[in-house]
Amino acid sequence: MDFLRPASWEEALAAKAEHPTAVPIAGGTDVMVEINFDHRRPEYLLDLNRIGELSEWEVGQESVRLGASVPYSAIMEHLRAELPGLALASHTVASPQIRNRGGVGGNLGTASPAGDAHPALLAAGAEVEAESVRGTRLIPIDAFYTGVKRNALEPDELIRAVHIRKADGPQQYSKVGTRNAMVIAVCAFGLALHPETRTVRTGIGSAAPTPVRAKEAEAFLNAALDEGGFWESGKIITPAIAKQFAALASGACNPIDDVRGTAKYRRHAVGIMARRTLGWTWEQYRGAGRTLEGAA
Amino acid sequence: MRVNFTVNGRPQEADDVWEGESLLYVLRERMGLPGSKNACEQGECGSCTVRLDGVPVCACLVAAGQVQDREVVTVEGLADYAKHRQDTHPGGGCASGACGTTLDEAKRWQSKPTDGRAGEAAPLSPIQQAFIDAGAVQCGFCTPGLLVAADELLENSPSPSDQDIREALSGNLCRCTGYEKILDAVRLAAARQEEAVQS
Repeated sequence: MDFLRPASWEEALAAKAEHPTAVPIAGGTDVMVEINFDHRRPEYLLDLNRIGELSEWEVGQESVRLGASVPYSAIMEHLRAELPGLALASHTVASPQIRNRGGVGGNLGTASPAGDAHPALLAAGAEVEAESVRGTRLIPIDAFYTGVKRNALEPDELIRAVHIRKADGPQQYSKVGTRNAMVIAVCAFGLALHPETRTVRTGIGSAAPTPVRAKEAEAFLNAALDEGGFWESGKIITPAIAKQFAALASGACNPIDDVRGTAKYRRHAVGIMARRTLGWTWEQYRGAGRTLEGAA
Repeated sequence: MRVNFTVNGRPQEADDVWEGESLLYVLRERMGLPGSKNACEQGECGSCTVRLDGVPVCACLVAAGQVQDREVVTVEGLADYAKHRQDTHPGGGCASGACGTTLDEAKRWQSKPTDGRAGEAAPLSPIQQAFIDAGAVQCGFCTPGLLVAADELLENSPSPSDQDIREALSGNLCRCTGYEKILDAVRLAAARQEEAVQS
């Protein structure tokens, strides 16, 4: 094994181009587990800790450019107003020790269907900034997850940042697990209201081979809210609409039975979380003047 | 490979480190600092919690090569670390150690082993003393990680609520005590710290 320690982003890209099998390591919360348990013996480890800019973020007009290594603890502390859904999701990640090291870049690189950040990114709308010596490209989050623990990155590419749309309305995140800390999601659900475009977006975690949006549920809800004039009136969403939204969200799942839960349970729980997160966000939307920040 | 970093205020050098080795292994097996415990090796239990540039992390998930030129505080250095904080930053915190310790202080700042008997041999940090006084130690395996995590909590929030304490310690597993005495210990240390600031 070789340990590559690039001191700059350019050096990191050059190293990745020269050694496409190199495994990037930042927080180490996934990679080191695999090494400790002898599940993986990469030829090269590519340490990204020395590249300070990966731990920085910029808040722009439309979006936040979040460096790949910004730890979850910083997202919770500093970006609750701009990225409420992701801040809530970050708060559910493991423990303080893990949140101090892990970040969204690693979540995306690992691309586990159970990664906590994914439903929040899908719901908010995001693009992954991938770079190689050949150049930079922005990969829409919807096209990023390609299979179980697979993503759209080329072998010579590294994740530099994630561009996440700033919240223009309430966002919520819900996760099912056996306790509040140190839990891999049994399943998770993210929901974001986008009043500017009068749309609702969703993200489902751990209930399909990849993180997915509940697109049919979104389309149904967008049409129902539009037809009923809900965005203007701020009326309570009728139970029939919420119920149908939940059923369609449940239908968007393609889960498996595993040690954490059964497929049937996951489908059921996603429906419940869809209905609840819709209720919570809609109450926030109705209550003018209330904070848009995540509740956690 | 060779790794140079600072442990408990002292520059250290480790040679022939395997590239996939964890910081925890280097501390325990190469530097003779077995205070950080090795249990789950996957970040679940918090027994190996150390401060890396002031930030609590699981040493089992930090690659040894990643600590090059960085500062680590382990439970062995906790008493000195806490003393330094009290001397140099009363009422505040010194997360990074980058405060410019005087040469004289640096010379005096060493990690000394204790004999493990209620701190008779060396002074303890307030959180360590509180753990003893509250009876928060049973088998003791989780204690070092809890001490490092709890000390950081008290550094950053002098009067934590029970919720704050529970959250700060949520990454540390104890299989003996049911946590009540541990919570008592943190409350005790917080109360003593507040008293000290007021008086």
